[in-house]
Amino acid sequence: MTAASMSNCPNHHPSEALLMDYASGSLGEAWNLGIATHLALCPLCRESVRAIEAIGGGFLDDSAPVSVSDGLLDAVMARLETSEPLTTTAIPATRDDGVLPGMLRRYLGGDIDTLPWKRLGLGAYHCVVPTKDDGTTARLLWIPAGRPVPEHTHRGLEMTIVLRGAFSDQSGAYARGDFEEADEQTCHQPHALPGEDCICLAVTDAPLRFTSFAARMVQPLLGI
Amino acid sequence: MELDKGDLSTLLVAVGATRDKEAFRRLFAHFAPRLKSFMLRRGANGGLAEDVVQEAMINVWRKAHMFDPAKASAATWVFTIGRNVHIDHVRRSSRPELDPDDPDLLPDAPPDASVGIAREQDAVRLRKVLAMLPEEQREILKLAFFEEKPHREIAAELDLPLGTVKSRIRLALGKLRAELGDPA
Repeated sequence: MTAASMSNCPNHHPSEALLMDYASGSLGEAWNLGIATHLALCPLCRESVRAIEAIGGGFLDDSAPVSVSDGLLDAVMARLETSEPLTTTAIPATRDDGVLPGMLRRYLGGDIDTLPWKRLGLGAYHCVVPTKDDGTTARLLWIPAGRPVPEHTHRGLEMTIVLRGAFSDQSGAYARGDFEEADEQTCHQPHALPGEDCICLAVTDAPLRFTSFAARMVQPLLGI
Repeated sequence: MELDKGDLSTLLVAVGATRDKEAFRRLFAHFAPRLKSFMLRRGANGGLAEDVVQEAMINVWRKAHMFDPAKASAATWVFTIGRNVHIDHVRRSSRPELDPDDPDLLPDAPPDASVGIAREQDAVRLRKVLAMLPEEQREILKLAFFEEKPHREIAAELDLPLGTVKSRIRLALGKLRAELGDPA
């Protein structure tokens, strides 16, 4: 890898254990979306995933062959004529907004200017990314420059991938492409860095609860 | 009939380039029984396993033009196809797929010449390394790839601290990387 291509690479990456979960197919859709979003911006981790997928190839090759039914080959051959070549761009991505990777825009059916952003308070907005996962939620967060991410609780894992701007917390500073993995032990209060609004994709394994939001709203009224 | 591994890549490329049905038949003969075996281990019953095999082989046909022998061995590529079909059909979930032609993708590093030519030989060496891993490491890889368990679940199932599972994964991947001379 050349120095020039390295300079574009994010600094914070998913753990190898998470990359393995992704490569083996063990993760649910929303988690996969988080990892895939980082991969879209990180050639290093794409290469790691390819290397880990080779383990799956090895296990497949080592599998003792089990005879398939007599008719299976014919059934497959009969379908070939009507099976057109496929590309993953079958659904066109929306206008390139320079923020959301095409895969994510295809998922959302919009770009950052057309999404149905909902107010979170403190000037922040969010937009849930529709997935088939019940227990997991992926959402975009839009945090104004210099402001805190509304305080929230989560149990288990939380993934955050920065798409625009940057945020920092006790563990460091995160810019475009950077991946933060937090768990129930992590106590963090991220702030968007000044200069540019921060947009990130956050995935949590339970609906995020913005605990102190209501409290913060009434705080000034109560004078506490 | 056992095919030479290099042939499998050539066959896949032929299917992608010229929609070569004879090449596809030979790929089917090699991969369909292995995919079935793999899906049975992933917990699909016989009929379901064959449904997955059928859809996976159709996707091999439809996506072969995207196969890049510099990036993966034929078996690895077919594994990813089977994995995704299994997620769609058995788990009724979907998997966001990276589009290799996506102009947004930060470009990969220019391919290292030593990586480009050697994926199929890598695959042969990788199987040897896999076989030589300490059982405690191989066990975790098997739970991940055959039972689709994420590492947190593996830790719970084996009653091991999360850190132990993570470090075993790190050791196993490090060993594979060292043996394969992966520059990453």
